[in-house]
Amino acid sequence: MLLELSEVSKSFFGVRVLHEVGLSLQAGEVHAVVGENGAGKSTLMKIASGAYQPDAGAIRLAGQAVSFRGPREAQAAGVGIIHQEFNLLPERTVAQNVFLGHEPSRRGFVDRGAMHARTAELLASIGADGLSPDATVGRLGVAQQQIVEIVKALALDARVLIMDEPTASLADHEVQVLYALVRKLQQRGIGIVYVSHRLAEVFDLSNRITVLKDGRLVTTLDTAQATPEALVRHMVGRELAHYYPPRATQAGTERLSVSGGGNAKLRGIELRLCSGEVTGIGGLQGSGRSALARALFGAQPFTSGQVLLDGRPIRLRSPRSAVRAGIAYVTEDRKAEGLTPRQSLLDNALLATRAVRPQWLGQRARAANARQLLAGIEVHAAGEDQEIRYLSGGNQQKVILARWLAMTPRVLLFDEPTRGIDVGAKAAVHDLIRRLASDGAAVLMISSELPELLGMSDRIVVMRDGAIAGELPAGASEEDVVGLATGTRAAP
Amino acid sequence: MTLLRQRLAAIDSTRGVWVALVITLTVGGVLVYADGGSLFHQSSIVSMLQRAAGLGIVAIGQTFAILAGSLDLSVAYVISLTSLIAAETMAGSEGNVPVAIAAVLAVSAGIGLANGLLITKLRINAFIATLGVGLLIKGYLEQGYAGPAGSVPTSVQRLGYDRIGPVPLSFLLMAAVAVAAWVVLQRTRFGHHTIAVGGDLDVARLSGVRTDRVLIGTHIICSICAGITGLYLASRLGAGAPRVGSEGGYDLESIAAVVLGGTVLAGGRGGVAGTVGGVALLAAIDTIFNQLAVDPFFKQVVRGVVIIAAVAIYALRRRKAGRP
Ligand SMILES: Nc1ncnc2c1ncn2[C@@H]1O[C@H](COP(=O)(O)OP(=O)(O)OP(=O)(O)O)[C@@H](O)[C@H]1O
Ligand SMILES: [Mg+2]
Repeated sequence: MLLELSEVSKSFFGVRVLHEVGLSLQAGEVHAVVGENGAGKSTLMKIASGAYQPDAGAIRLAGQAVSFRGPREAQAAGVGIIHQEFNLLPERTVAQNVFLGHEPSRRGFVDRGAMHARTAELLASIGADGLSPDATVGRLGVAQQQIVEIVKALALDARVLIMDEPTASLADHEVQVLYALVRKLQQRGIGIVYVSHRLAEVFDLSNRITVLKDGRLVTTLDTAQATPEALVRHMVGRELAHYYPPRATQAGTERLSVSGGGNAKLRGIELRLCSGEVTGIGGLQGSGRSALARALFGAQPFTSGQVLLDGRPIRLRSPRSAVRAGIAYVTEDRKAEGLTPRQSLLDNALLATRAVRPQWLGQRARAANARQLLAGIEVHAAGEDQEIRYLSGGNQQKVILARWLAMTPRVLLFDEPTRGIDVGAKAAVHDLIRRLASDGAAVLMISSELPELLGMSDRIVVMRDGAIAGELPAGASEEDVVGLATGTRAAP
Repeated sequence: MTLLRQRLAAIDSTRGVWVALVITLTVGGVLVYADGGSLFHQSSIVSMLQRAAGLGIVAIGQTFAILAGSLDLSVAYVISLTSLIAAETMAGSEGNVPVAIAAVLAVSAGIGLANGLLITKLRINAFIATLGVGLLIKGYLEQGYAGPAGSVPTSVQRLGYDRIGPVPLSFLLMAAVAVAAWVVLQRTRFGHHTIAVGGDLDVARLSGVRTDRVLIGTHIICSICAGITGLYLASRLGAGAPRVGSEGGYDLESIAAVVLGGTVLAGGRGGVAGTVGGVALLAAIDTIFNQLAVDPFFKQVVRGVVIIAAVAIYALRRRKAGRP
């Protein structure tokens, strides 16, 4: 066995989040770890990579008992990890980030030439030659940052590589690159632990699958013997057939429209959002999808064109003006833009309503409403006073959803709404989105997951290079969307 | 080509303060000239460079602490203390100079270590920890000394006054410290780790950086720089003085110089080149106002305005560049 965790337990502030969990990994194996949000996957991975220390249990690496006092020791022993949340310094270059903590040095000085060359080599080895080692990380898009994150882990030359939801922010073709990479590493005899909510990936890549639930080990299966249905049953403890909620039966009235909208990143935007409808936005990373949502939310406003809300012209100059007009925005980058990490879960849920209405007005009713919403979407936490930074990624996402629901918005902008959310919760979020639409809201939903985009949308608007490439009706195929997004197919 | 552009961009982040310096010197030069004086007369240049030297060395040390996301408020008291240690150990005799230097370096490094340990091991906020250590030293000084003490041999006093052409030796000392600091920050792993720790402590830790050691290291460097300034001031005064640091306002001034130079107070971005520019700018303003013999109160107002304006401009430029 390359890596063996046995009977690992861990508590935070007296709350037990892992109960005697075991996991083993062979050289050249891809071992998938799945489970609901808050099941303890990331915690287990952090223990394996030295970021946390277990309260009890043992870790063996190639047969040797080890105990890592910190990430540095784990790295030295050959255990690398790609964390679920980004771990990059935005102000520094790609090369500086990749070699952070183990910069090559010569006679006491950092060997920048070698650092640059090694980074370029690593980038090329995973087919990302387009990325310059000298680029400043903060200026890269999310997908490119994810690639830097992967390269950073590769630079360690690890024997064990842990990937905690590595594809959450990747588009389909980038996922393919990652697949190829995982297989290559596997051939080199590296053991890979692969945490993901995307079951298709799990079945494509893994040799074995371990299921965690509520901090306990449910089972470890050979992938060849498992079926998606069985896996879901293990994860949620019940049968769950994922179907998308029924679409709108009739087109609603026009709620929001943009004509001739443009700014530094967008041009000639013509868009209509109708109440009762979910308008899906497709396109490649960097095609302007998020820029569109940010413009509608006043975060990077349109500099030209006109926006009408319920038939009246409206100027969306700032997020505040958008929030006051009843527009809500669930951002793509949860850590940087979605959370006030040191505030409680309840405070985070109340953030938007408190911002637009006086603090003293209806305080209790609002808190009660937020509690109800939080309960409704099954947030898994120690209590409403827990600081949100301690919640698992998926649960943080749910709190952000609750924040905007509390405003009963007229227009909802979702940017990758189910990123990092487990299967059970995903269905709940889909139902919720549909319910909001049928209650009269106009919904715009950006998604890189094609099945989600196709399954949820009443209309699909595809973007390319900052402009709208075309619109597809419900029932369009994946090929239609990809064709429009890449420009290999003309608008119908 | 891309490398060149990268270089230019790197310079750009600390360039603002140098532009401001040129403008200040031009406008100041004209004003002083209209007033019947000359800003570029040898004596004014010397006084400007001497002013810059003392503050410069402290501010370079402070740059390390601030880049790492910390800060040191004890430097002013460290300066006073080390000026006394230097002068008293020398006691007028040249033979004691090496011991005195060693004592100053050891004591200041010890204080830096204490600051660093309080911040990393006891997790005390840097502001509070270094303020506390500073007050401790202050108490000791006030209890033990009423006025100047010790004496510095004349040969050492020369360090404070000698110069090569218009350039004082002390300024060369500062330049040497600046170059060394620049090399450390740009070219060593410690320097890279300092910026990483200031940029994001968690990221640095999870990347395998020994964050505690780095923070402690920056505090030791910061304190040693203050110690060197203490030595320099003792050589200028010919004796140690218990209030030379705090009366010179070296704590807040050094922080102001660092921030003027474009280093972000929260850490993770900036550098020594900017700090030297910031120090030069403050020294230029001082010299200009001294030459014009205006109300010192007005001088303070102008410095305040300059600092606020500088930080506001940096913030605006960053926002324009699309970064928070
Ligand atoms: N540092 C911490 N302090 C307190 N509680 C924590 C901390 N880290 C994790 N937890 C708690 O431990 C539990 C497991 O979290 P973990 O992040 O391991 O879940 P996960 O399985 O990775 O979920 P997700 O799929 O949402 O990423 C959660 O209830 C979370 O709130
Ligand atoms: Mg997780």
